[in-house]
Amino acid sequence: MNTPVPGSQYKVIGTRPIRHDGMDKVTGKAKYGADVKFSKMLYGRVLRSPHAHARIVSIDTSEAESHPGVFAVITTSDMPDLVDKMADLGEGVVNMAHLGDNVLAREKVLYKGQAVAAVAASDVHVAAEAIAKIKVEYEPLPAVTWVLDAMREDAPLLHDNVFTDDMGKKSDKPSNVDKEIHFLKGDAEEGFAAADVVVEREFKTATVHQGYIEPHVATADWNEDGNLTVWTSTQGSFACRAQVAEILQIPISKVKVVPCEIGGGFGGKITVYLQPVAALLSKKSGRPVQLTMQRDEVFEGTGPTPGSFMRVKLGATKEGKLTAGEAWIAFDAGAFPGGPIGPACMCVFSCYDFEHAKVDGYNVVLNKPKTQAYRAPGSTHAALACETVLDELAEKLEIDPLELRLKNAATEGTRRVDGPVYPRIGCVEVLQAAQASDHWNSPLEGPNRGRGVALGFWFNCGLKSSASAHVNPDGTVTLTEGSTDIGGSRASIAMQLAETLGITAEEVHPQVVDTDSVGYTDVTGGSRVTFATGLAAYKVGLDIEGQMTSRAAELWDCSPENVRVESGVYSHNGDSLTFAELAEKLHATGEAVVGRATVAPDGATNGFGAHLVDVEVDPDTGKTTILRYTVIQDAGKAIHPSYVEGQMQGGAVQGIGWALNEEYFFDDQGQMKNASFLDYRIPTFLDVPMIDTIIVEVPNPDHPYGVRGVGETPIVPPPAAIAIAIHNAVGVRMTELPMSPPKLWKAISDQS
Amino acid sequence: MTKKTHVTTTINGEETEFLCEPRQSLLEVLREVLDLTGSKEGCNNGNCGACTVLLDGLPVDSCLVLAVETEGAEITTIEGIAQQGHLHPLQQCFLEGAALQCGICTPGFIVGAKALLDRNPDPTEEEIRFNLAGNLCRCTGYDKIVRSIQEAADRLQSAT
Ligand code: FES
Ligand code: FES
Repeated sequence: MNTPVPGSQYKVIGTRPIRHDGMDKVTGKAKYGADVKFSKMLYGRVLRSPHAHARIVSIDTSEAESHPGVFAVITTSDMPDLVDKMADLGEGVVNMAHLGDNVLAREKVLYKGQAVAAVAASDVHVAAEAIAKIKVEYEPLPAVTWVLDAMREDAPLLHDNVFTDDMGKKSDKPSNVDKEIHFLKGDAEEGFAAADVVVEREFKTATVHQGYIEPHVATADWNEDGNLTVWTSTQGSFACRAQVAEILQIPISKVKVVPCEIGGGFGGKITVYLQPVAALLSKKSGRPVQLTMQRDEVFEGTGPTPGSFMRVKLGATKEGKLTAGEAWIAFDAGAFPGGPIGPACMCVFSCYDFEHAKVDGYNVVLNKPKTQAYRAPGSTHAALACETVLDELAEKLEIDPLELRLKNAATEGTRRVDGPVYPRIGCVEVLQAAQASDHWNSPLEGPNRGRGVALGFWFNCGLKSSASAHVNPDGTVTLTEGSTDIGGSRASIAMQLAETLGITAEEVHPQVVDTDSVGYTDVTGGSRVTFATGLAAYKVGLDIEGQMTSRAAELWDCSPENVRVESGVYSHNGDSLTFAELAEKLHATGEAVVGRATVAPDGATNGFGAHLVDVEVDPDTGKTTILRYTVIQDAGKAIHPSYVEGQMQGGAVQGIGWALNEEYFFDDQGQMKNASFLDYRIPTFLDVPMIDTIIVEVPNPDHPYGVRGVGETPIVPPPAAIAIAIHNAVGVRMTELPMSPPKLWKAISDQS
Repeated sequence: MTKKTHVTTTINGEETEFLCEPRQSLLEVLREVLDLTGSKEGCNNGNCGACTVLLDGLPVDSCLVLAVETEGAEITTIEGIAQQGHLHPLQQCFLEGAALQCGICTPGFIVGAKALLDRNPDPTEEEIRFNLAGNLCRCTGYDKIVRSIQEAADRLQSAT
């Protein structure tokens, strides 16, 4: 299985070795967040707000405290006062007071499910009994849960300290609109005047959740000497450490975060919820405390992605050249400021070369859980709007939809509406691969069937990664890294080190370690790990190779420059040693070989994907069945193709769920009505077909092996591709997500 | 505190005794009392399948079984699927076929798939999808899980 790919310049990269952590994960031995146990450990439960908006008048914990088996009860009064202070704690700049309020509400609750108090007890059942005995008096306030309603002058105001930030200018009155974004390239009016055809549509999308299968969990042990250890399921142990230290107002060096195996995150496990609460309960009880969320708490108390309202207008000439684009996007942020409005505005027109474009974005707080990142945050919404309108243009112009996209595709040198100019990108190559695919060239027949194609974009960020490695006497290398492994990144990083050193993937032993044991490493997110931590592993490899070369030179009494290294074999004048042979001699001949690297690659690289989908719609029920699905994506260079395909397939299926089923149902009081996996229905085994993949490789010039991040792009095109396929199947333009049976049935009925 | 009940079961071939409260689920007892943390909790209400174990040969969501009900039962958990140091073909095929990303759903899928293959050694794609529709995976899109189960079925069949 793990033999080099014929014709490849690489020995390890591009092969499919078994992932290093796989054995533990198929035998049940891997330790996820909820699997850590300590003697005397207590179990906690969190009391959550039953109201979507209310003032907390009083909290009486006395009965809970005297409940047998209870060891500690905390409320926000146990938490240090957090001032209005902006801090970058690993996932963009956040207001500390808001972060703290989202962990335990202070004066007001701003969404149903917001944490208010917590208990540590001998077991979870006792803890659940005890939180039921905490008496909270609320003064309910009017709630608002739809983004356009929350923007109205007369809407209930959530915060009196949130002002609109309009490209750096602050409003003088508090507002639910926390941010405005305006991008302008050329003159949109002039562009539309030059168009032969103009299409404009409005879109609405529902709030959806990341839906990782593992609930949030944290275990904390606060020692008498003030040292705090937190074992948790997190996408970023250093981001978690920074947030915990800030919220608890203790020195960062007093906090050690041990990242456990993590059961999915998709952006939702970066911010902290339980970690500081578990810490305070541990401090108060003097015991380790574990807090785990129930599934309804995950839905109601943790970050979904924004619901949105968007308007997109595109113009084109008869020949199919886009002349102008205009987008107006409003995102709900949930209860506190922040969210992906920036990326949405940046992504909406990012696949195409527009001379004239205008984008206006608004971020709006309202009474829903605080939104968090979800795989390519903001880009999926934006692609639904842009791609659907583009498809309608293609229809009006009678131009093949892939042709229209190719005519306008962004290429090297295209300047995006938000400013940056693209380096070498693979947008055209992705479209060409779609055009050449078996799927695109196979006929689709039968009533109520249609095919759709859509394009999507996401970038990967660089940020910071550190790694180190040491050479063992048996020729293996132990690699230490700080990137938590959500989907096989130990393998993709180890493979880059192996390639660099000329050894096999199996000869590298990757370890993901705690914040005391490795240099600073940013979150597993932003499609950055294989790119940036991979780059660190490559540099660790160069460092080790340099030290090994020097040792060989010492052995052979020559200068290091005269030692040749090729595919892991060191040689000089007829002497030669393999990496393993040289490793065996290290101990007897000098100091150990330890390599290290820390990187902060500049800028971002850009990933494009095109999705093809065939659907069949049942006009009597409005149910859409996915018949065939193909994902085409530029991976730059696929390090471990199986896991690249896996990202493409998994992202596509999340996008299918977003397109067809998933949504938070709120009643008019802001109460979520479907907070379970039964009623909030993510795609099951039965809902999807096999997902075909075509990996395109246009190497990234800014990475030694050409890697581009692949994790996020695949969630971007599905809703658009499916909306287009539905149109081609039954003739209706769906502009609202999800395109669930009742909505589609109604659209079909209205049409006839 | 509620009085505890004494239960005797066979877990992964070993006779096992434990004390539990009437309100404790089998999943809770496996994880918290017996330290068998391979079975995962994803929802605690029967919707995700991460906690799947075999109860007298049949797959069940262990979060929906009360531990006191298992008196005299035979239980197989993910920890009992590999035999004498050898992975079960399902485990081997999941590894080779990259059928896991985060891996939290994997124990439930492997136990559930074993129950299916024990009953139906040569399932079609449809049968695999239908029988495991109670197991959710949010990472893989299911494609590689189907393929890995099919591959394991082939290997098991050619071994017999
Ligand atoms: S934890 Fe038992 S079915 Fe989800
Ligand atoms: S691999 Fe993550 S849920 Fe299945």
